[in-house]
Amino acid sequence: MEYQSTKEKLLQEVAPHLERTTWVARLWIFFLLAVIGIGVYAFIQQVTKGHIVTGMRDNVVWGIYIVNFIFFMGMSYAGAIISGALQLFRTEWRKPIIRMAEYLAIISLLIGPGYILLCIGRLDRLHYLVLFGRIQSPITWDVIAISTDIFGCLIFLYLSLLRDIATLRDYTALKVPAWKKKLYSILALGYTGAPEQEIRLKRATDIMAAMVIAIAIIVYSVLAWIFSVTLQPGWHSTIFGPYFVIAAVYSGTGVLVITMWVFRKAYHLDQYITRKHFVAMGVLMVILAALFGYFTFSDYLTKWYGSEKNDESLIRILFSEYYWPFIFSNYIGVLIPLLVIGIPRLRTINNITFSALVVIVALWFNRYLIVVPTLESPYLPIQDSRPEWLNYSATWVEYALLAAGIALFCLMFTIASKFVPVMNISEMSETPKPEEAVLFQSEESLL
Amino acid sequence: MEESNDKKKKSRREFLKKGFLAGAGVVAGGSLIAAYVDKSAPESGEKVKALTTNGEIIEVDKAHIKTPRVSIEESHKGIPGRKFVMVIDLAKCKNARKCVEACQKGHFLPKSQEFMKVYFLQDSDKSAPYWFPKPCYHCDNPLCVSVCPVGATYKRSDGIVLIDNERCIGCKFCMTGCPYSTRVFAWKHYPEYEKDGQPYSPEASSPGKEGTVSKCDFCPDLIRMGKLPYCAQNCPMGVIYFGDIDEDTVTNGSETLKFSELIRDRAGYRYLEMLGTRPSVYYLPPVDRQFPVNRGFEDLEESVKNRYKNTPYGKNHKL
Repeated sequence: MEYQSTKEKLLQEVAPHLERTTWVARLWIFFLLAVIGIGVYAFIQQVTKGHIVTGMRDNVVWGIYIVNFIFFMGMSYAGAIISGALQLFRTEWRKPIIRMAEYLAIISLLIGPGYILLCIGRLDRLHYLVLFGRIQSPITWDVIAISTDIFGCLIFLYLSLLRDIATLRDYTALKVPAWKKKLYSILALGYTGAPEQEIRLKRATDIMAAMVIAIAIIVYSVLAWIFSVTLQPGWHSTIFGPYFVIAAVYSGTGVLVITMWVFRKAYHLDQYITRKHFVAMGVLMVILAALFGYFTFSDYLTKWYGSEKNDESLIRILFSEYYWPFIFSNYIGVLIPLLVIGIPRLRTINNITFSALVVIVALWFNRYLIVVPTLESPYLPIQDSRPEWLNYSATWVEYALLAAGIALFCLMFTIASKFVPVMNISEMSETPKPEEAVLFQSEESLL
Repeated sequence: MEESNDKKKKSRREFLKKGFLAGAGVVAGGSLIAAYVDKSAPESGEKVKALTTNGEIIEVDKAHIKTPRVSIEESHKGIPGRKFVMVIDLAKCKNARKCVEACQKGHFLPKSQEFMKVYFLQDSDKSAPYWFPKPCYHCDNPLCVSVCPVGATYKRSDGIVLIDNERCIGCKFCMTGCPYSTRVFAWKHYPEYEKDGQPYSPEASSPGKEGTVSKCDFCPDLIRMGKLPYCAQNCPMGVIYFGDIDEDTVTNGSETLKFSELIRDRAGYRYLEMLGTRPSVYYLPPVDRQFPVNRGFEDLEESVKNRYKNTPYGKNHKL
């Protein structure tokens, strides 16, 4: 009975977000569409005039597109790993935020690969990747890994949405158009919450939770190997796989905190997403900050200490031309969360969100510093009189497409939140009880 | 077996003969490869003698002689029984840039794309600077080929690494894979590509195509005609030797040498050997040089000269 009443209360709370779109929200959506529009215009410029409109040239062949690719993919893996782990460990505070982590996983996963497409000179031949794919190439590994990941994350998200969709179908007081009702009833797949269905769903969700964690680690390692299998000083590092995974989860945790903050404000969820959740995410962020700092230090220490000629010149560039981005991404980006969350007095919601913002920007620059300076210091010195051949600087086209990607991310999140609540209401209605993940239980105990 | 040995001997003789002829700047119309005359191309003003199918000797403009290029499929195979090698004598290079220019002209490249680049290197402060022509190394362990997701770049039986720009998707992974910055990308469509007018073949690396990668190809289309690559043909100093490592012979057009002896006597080496890419290009160290190194700065275009301004030597000598 208690379950029903909590559910009812929650539904009443979230229903308005699904039922109508305020003029502020409309304006917001219009703004996002405008930004995406500029991105589309930039993309058309790039297709018609060629890649010459970007800042990329023969030495720096990959610019901020690939940085954005790594960045968005990182957010996705963080979403997958966090939601998967919280699900498996039955962490109680996961309930109001796990849906956001799942949305994060799939939305950024749909945007990220778009950026690698922007790097491709001949999009008209994209199908060659399948038609003539060579398994020896790390790009083929990536194609396989990312498509598996999209599939896995979609299934995981759907499984987690299923109970809420069924709830919305059964919630007669919900004032939404008939097509939306119809969609709920189709997508609910006849789920009624019968014990047998429930056990099956839980088992499937747990299996997928474990799978998405594994897939995420593999996919992000593959992405790292695209760099580390080459002989470029600065990329040719054995640490890159785990380093990228940690950096991904670190930056994605930051994005999740921002998402929590935004939805808490926008949908007035103060009652459900509390300081407790921010502190819990903050603690996660501190652990990841320490790990990220450790990996970064290990990578650069070994490069600097031995001072091989090419490593040395890379380090020299990082500490001269790229001094501030380097300090910001690898020092400030690690220390801010350590300080803000490490000192109990500073652990406010806004402070934690601020440090999350710092982490996100720092990690974007961290990827920039991995990609660009390395390409600017190849084995043979770049001898060219054209300034754009010597140093990379992104053009408006690339920045417009970066903005468009962020706008698309926000837009998809907004639309998703209009379709199914950003909080898992079915799980939140359950009374907390000691429970283990189905994966960790024996067959008998389930029945 | 005997027959193939015979063939090999014959082809070696032919190779040497043609090598000499190419060096002298003459095209022999009687080569085994058929050629045709295409008068639509702009005249170069240079006349050559050619043998027609009727047995007549005619004089035609050099630019009008066209040879049908091999198909993409054929270009995967490589010339049977061959393993090509290049030797670059750094002692003789004075940055005349004739290799670069001839290569660009032969491959219909815009000025901003160089398959052959001439670097000005100085290994350390106290060591001597030298000019360093750098083609594609056609490695025996080519990372570019390993990383290509669609098989657009491939290693042939004769050691040549080619790119098929009909297949290339332009992901540029090969460009980051190559440790020698050899590959160039077509960032836009260049009008020079249209000047070719012949069907595309990976062996000619022409016409270029926007959004794809290209690079030095060792000119297999010229080799098939019994000529040396553009760079080797046109170097006024005879810096670039080209040949066959199995035949143990290299030539720069005017002198033909035993490859193994040349490498042994002149302490030939491969650049960045420690990377394990096993290049097909060898360098002879810049010893007993025929010119002072600063001769390389004479008669240079300003934009080319500016390239070397930031080198340690350039800074010290206020280029």
